[in-house]
Amino acid sequence: MNRFAELLDRLVLTPSRNGKLTLLTDYFRGIEDPDRGLALAAITGDLSIAAVKPAMLRTLVIERMDPVLFGYSYDYVGDLAETVSLVWPQPPGDMPNHSPTLAEVVAKLQAASRSDGPKVLARLLDSASISARFAIIKLVTGGLRIGVSARLAKQALADLGQVDVAEIEELWHGLTPPYAGLFAWLEGKAERPEKTALALFRPVMLSNAVGDGDLEKLNPADYAAEWKWDGIRVQAVCEGGVRRLYSRTGDDVSGAFPDLAEAMDFSAALDGELLVGDPQATGTFSDLQQRLNRKSVSAKIQQQFPAFMRCYDVLQIGDEDLRALSFRERRGRLEAFVGTLDPSRFDLSPLVEFADWPTLEELRSAPPHPIIEGVMLKRWDSPYLAGRPKGPWFKWKRDPHTVDAVLMYAQRGHGKRSSFYSDYTFGVWSGPEGAEELVPVGKAYFGFTDEELKQIDKYVRDNTVERFGPVRSVRADRRQGLVLEVAFEGLNRSTRHKSGVAMRFPRISRLRWDKPAAEADRIETLQALLDS
Amino acid sequence: MRDSDLLHPRPEGLYCPPGDFFIDPVRPVNRALITHGHSDHARSGHRCVLATRQTLDIMGLRYGEGFAGTTQAATLGETIALNGVTVTFHPAGHVLGSAQIAVEHMGRRIVASGDYKRQKDATCEPFEPVQCDVFITEATFGLPVFRHPPDSEEIARLLKSAAQFPERSHLVGAYALGKAQRVMRLLRDAGYDRPIYIHGALAKLSEYYQSQGIDLGMLEPATVESGAKDDFTGAIVIGPPSAFADRWARRFPDPISCFASGWMRIRQRAKQGGVELPLIISDHADWDELIATIKETGAEEIWVTHGREEALVRWCELEGIAARPLHLVGYEDEGD
Repeated sequence: MNRFAELLDRLVLTPSRNGKLTLLTDYFRGIEDPDRGLALAAITGDLSIAAVKPAMLRTLVIERMDPVLFGYSYDYVGDLAETVSLVWPQPPGDMPNHSPTLAEVVAKLQAASRSDGPKVLARLLDSASISARFAIIKLVTGGLRIGVSARLAKQALADLGQVDVAEIEELWHGLTPPYAGLFAWLEGKAERPEKTALALFRPVMLSNAVGDGDLEKLNPADYAAEWKWDGIRVQAVCEGGVRRLYSRTGDDVSGAFPDLAEAMDFSAALDGELLVGDPQATGTFSDLQQRLNRKSVSAKIQQQFPAFMRCYDVLQIGDEDLRALSFRERRGRLEAFVGTLDPSRFDLSPLVEFADWPTLEELRSAPPHPIIEGVMLKRWDSPYLAGRPKGPWFKWKRDPHTVDAVLMYAQRGHGKRSSFYSDYTFGVWSGPEGAEELVPVGKAYFGFTDEELKQIDKYVRDNTVERFGPVRSVRADRRQGLVLEVAFEGLNRSTRHKSGVAMRFPRISRLRWDKPAAEADRIETLQALLDS
Repeated sequence: MRDSDLLHPRPEGLYCPPGDFFIDPVRPVNRALITHGHSDHARSGHRCVLATRQTLDIMGLRYGEGFAGTTQAATLGETIALNGVTVTFHPAGHVLGSAQIAVEHMGRRIVASGDYKRQKDATCEPFEPVQCDVFITEATFGLPVFRHPPDSEEIARLLKSAAQFPERSHLVGAYALGKAQRVMRLLRDAGYDRPIYIHGALAKLSEYYQSQGIDLGMLEPATVESGAKDDFTGAIVIGPPSAFADRWARRFPDPISCFASGWMRIRQRAKQGGVELPLIISDHADWDELIATIKETGAEEIWVTHGREEALVRWCELEGIAARPLHLVGYEDEGD
């Protein structure tokens, strides 16, 4: 348990992806079964333990210490799990000479009935060290919140076994904790686990962005074009009565879209984009957001923002694996197949006719729907390949929007950037003439070169008005301020931000040392974009 | 005579009227008794200073030789009479030279702890409990959430990380007096024998520790000619915490920021400071040490100062020990 607790403590404070991967692979390499598999399940959210409510945790600790002292402690720390892990009094007598393993903790928690759950938890806390207590409390209160996605954990497994992450994703849903067979395979001690489960995820095919000069080398006749829909990429798989809706990275998202899952009444694997509204009147990205990041979804929301799937590929029909066929052949099969499905839940992503690149360029710049973010190019003769092969598929995105904003706050970065002010909050002008003030509209921490980073860092240090921990506020008024040209993909309404807007994918595209702060954009410019 | 007639707070610091001296005054005074060399306790500009030899040396290093009019070295355990008041310095286990000061007059004894800790520390004399009527305790970590783990465990985590990330450097933030040298010594005790790189602000004090017979091994300045970033690949670098936010830190390859402090017990503190590897190493007593020490002194009354007084006062109430906060100003709440 101590080793798992230490892993959690390190992961939560390690910002870099590579750092996290090293910590995870070292852990998986150094820890034995079944502990490492249970840790993996805890991280990916596949470990089921009956939850203990925060109020119960509080009751347990108050039975053991002065409530006033607990109150002072909780006020100071601010996090219940952490406070309890720190103040939990060691029972009289020495520490037991055996601290429990993760497997023992999980076994005890899973065996506990609802009524004796708190007692079991208390006994575990008695026998554990401070950081192990924190980890145990996190396990029973649900949600580790350590900044590690299931996807990252799978990447760590792939690194451990020197295999492609697509192989892990493909196997994943057929496996159960503690994954002893998986680890044995990754360590070269056993064969690859058999794919026995039904409706497994198929690793998806990804595209490359069109780069400068790419198109000149390509023959337009070799490629089909489609709109690039700004929804979420999903894979709908039904096999032997098992229905699963997967995200691009192989996470099972069926639970968040029961309306769509309900309509998956077929035997096939389809690739497409999940959107909301209905196929005749596709909703905007803001509408789609109403359905994202939810574990469960109310009937009202389902009715207001119904989910449907715009299909653009088919990987399997019945027992027939179609991935080796050309895109042209798959497209023919797809068109026929989608015709048999519920038209309110499934439609076909239409092909875009074009003769040459300039024609397509024109179409790309003026798409017929706000939720289109560009075009996709797919080679007619390409098979469906896992990963991101260079050549068969391209994405050609619409040019980003830009706005001239003024730097307001800067925050120190992490790792390589820990001595640089590298995260920038910027704002645009609002308010009547003569009484303009800046209202923050976003935050960006990339898009600039290393040289530009040094320049901005110097500017921040030379123009600091106030400091709040790692954050500095920078002089920004009508007469002086650094204007940043910010590029972004789109704008959403937001009640959480004072400005009422939230940018998607903002980044710094240019430093406008030449532009006076007073001439930066106004909030109305962004609001106009919202209404369009 | 009431105890508060023997010692009580004044704006300048804790004052003893019959002896006419201050303990750790924050403003220049006629006669000052200094518990240890941290700058919020040991200031320059007093007319007479009484402190341990090592504390006087440290003040000389920090402020220059003319930091006080006259100085007198107090030997640990020896009594000194000041206007009929007897004072005795006892080791406090906080940093090199640190002492508690026992003040006795007309049969009453008050001990001012200064800052102290109970964990073993190879860089200074261990704390010695002194029986007294009133014990003035610090309360920097006076909340039940502060439980310092054994320092060897923390150093083991640092060494494990250094092995896990050999291509990066580890930057350890540690206060220049005491903490930095303790971390160096802990690394040596754990068998680390590579050179330890140090920030310039640590050089004089570390050299002084070495001259006092505390072996810190090979220390090298963390300076570079431009372009020699790779010199620090895999290195452990120690510097004052403020230096790591500074441009100074850019000379190191992809550094992992570590901070050796009791505050690192609280995750949010580590997170806010951008600390990737918190090392819970403190030169102050944690909650368990505070309450154990209070009991050991046998004091019938406890005065609590600089830190989180209310929790410790509450604990004393529950234990039936008289206690009150002593509102002294000018000490860094953040001291560790």
